[in-house]
Amino acid sequence: MKLSDLTSQAGEWLRGSGPMSEIVISSRIRLARNISGHPFLARCTRHQRQALEHKIRDTILTANLSLRTLYVDLEAAPEIDRQLLVERHLISKPHKDAEGARGVAIAENETLAIMVNEEDHLRIQVLRSGLQLEEAWEQINAVDDQLEAALDFAFHPRFGYLTACPTNVGTGIRVSVMLHLPGLKLAGEIEKVFRAAKDMRLAVRGLYGEGTEATGDFYQVSNQTTLGRSEDDIISDFRNVVIPKIIEYEHQARRALMSERAVAVEDRVCRALGLLRSARLLSAEETLAMLSHVRLGVNLGRVKDLDLSKVNELFLLTQDAHLQKLLGKKLDEEALAAARADYVRRRLGAA
Amino acid sequence: MKCEKCNKPATIHLTEIQGGKKTEKHLCEQCAAEAEGLPVKAHTPINELLTNFVLAHSGLSKEPGTACPQCGITWGEFRQTGLFGCEQDYAFFDKDLSPLLQRAHEGATHHLGKVPARQGGTNVPVKRQLDLTRLRKELARAVEAEDYERAAKLRDQIRQAEANPDSPS
Ligand SMILES: [Zn+2]
Ligand SMILES: [Zn+2]
Repeated sequence: MKLSDLTSQAGEWLRGSGPMSEIVISSRIRLARNISGHPFLARCTRHQRQALEHKIRDTILTANLSLRTLYVDLEAAPEIDRQLLVERHLISKPHKDAEGARGVAIAENETLAIMVNEEDHLRIQVLRSGLQLEEAWEQINAVDDQLEAALDFAFHPRFGYLTACPTNVGTGIRVSVMLHLPGLKLAGEIEKVFRAAKDMRLAVRGLYGEGTEATGDFYQVSNQTTLGRSEDDIISDFRNVVIPKIIEYEHQARRALMSERAVAVEDRVCRALGLLRSARLLSAEETLAMLSHVRLGVNLGRVKDLDLSKVNELFLLTQDAHLQKLLGKKLDEEALAAARADYVRRRLGAA
Repeated sequence: MKCEKCNKPATIHLTEIQGGKKTEKHLCEQCAAEAEGLPVKAHTPINELLTNFVLAHSGLSKEPGTACPQCGITWGEFRQTGLFGCEQDYAFFDKDLSPLLQRAHEGATHHLGKVPARQGGTNVPVKRQLDLTRLRKELARAVEAEDYERAAKLRDQIRQAEANPDSPS
């Protein structure tokens, strides 16, 4: 598997096939781990950092985690490749922009990614489509066991897994569920989500928004507490309590919109589709916003000739680095907007 | 600092850089939530936790300059970045760290959950499992009824039921 293989299709998590995928885009779990006997990264010398990266890379590549594991040396990788990995949710933005020896291992059809030398020595991530938290936990727990057989993870009986930042200590787990909530947004009821999450001490944030806007109506719900609660218990809050509630709110909002403002909703969906099928210049923000309406239209049965996986894929493949990789060259802003519009028109089967 | 919209204490501080110009926003949680999609309640930044903590507890148990013998980090240096230098720091700065951990983790002081096999593996007694199952069902019902106050209480009970039997409750 090469990095360039990634540009022409979406990973498993965007297939639009998982449970509840009309609302739940993806389920993600990550575990933070450090290796005992090595300083945390903030206190590593250049040499220690390199030694760690080699040790972890070798362990991952010899642990047979998967039939195919791609390891990207991020210190050597060009900017555009690193940006591509951010767009695919395989590395964090700080990891892209950091300096020094670091990398990422990608396996199992991109459901598994292991960042090496991010804030912690290892950040293991499993990302799956729809609501699949138990499956994600099973997968990541097994990977953690495999790595632990070869690496002595820093652990304290009282504090649990020791992490560079005390906000992650204990289980080192971060559970995040990405939701598409255009109904609640249109109905002006998005604060219901914040309320449901807040009392369970879960964080909600807009996913693609720059600054104050949650462009494309994507929201991410994640846990903040990592100490004093078991992994099962943390996951159970999402699976049995908060996410079903939010899904119900979104369904209610959609039903209400369809019975009271059906024409207005249809108008939005059709305008969005019309715009995407005719525009000659498209910014990333406009594309996100319009695709969000189209996605709602598909879910409401108002758009018949598109399916969810195709719309999901467009969210991913119309991002800057993906477009430039597809075209094989660096583009300035206007050229990017033109390339994006061309690509969207072609994929949506328009003139 | 007060919320720019309603004068309640501001808990959300946002800085944005656009076109080379930095802007700052200070809002209370409610006003931030109302400003559609503002990234509210993201993981509370460690710096904020530290600031609150330092205001509340002015006397530290260690001399400010005391450094971890393993990695050399001082509490003051940790405060600046929010990142520890090595695995020993948790035990070394235990006293100063404790209130901060409780703030960040809903009052918790002890790890629950997975234990590495080489440290003895995981095991949760069956009786406790059953209690927890019952409490979680009640919790689901409370949330169903949108009784978030009760839900929060049940959450606390679940946490207590999970806590180590030997830990002070
Ligand atoms: Zn306010
Ligand atoms: Zn240290």
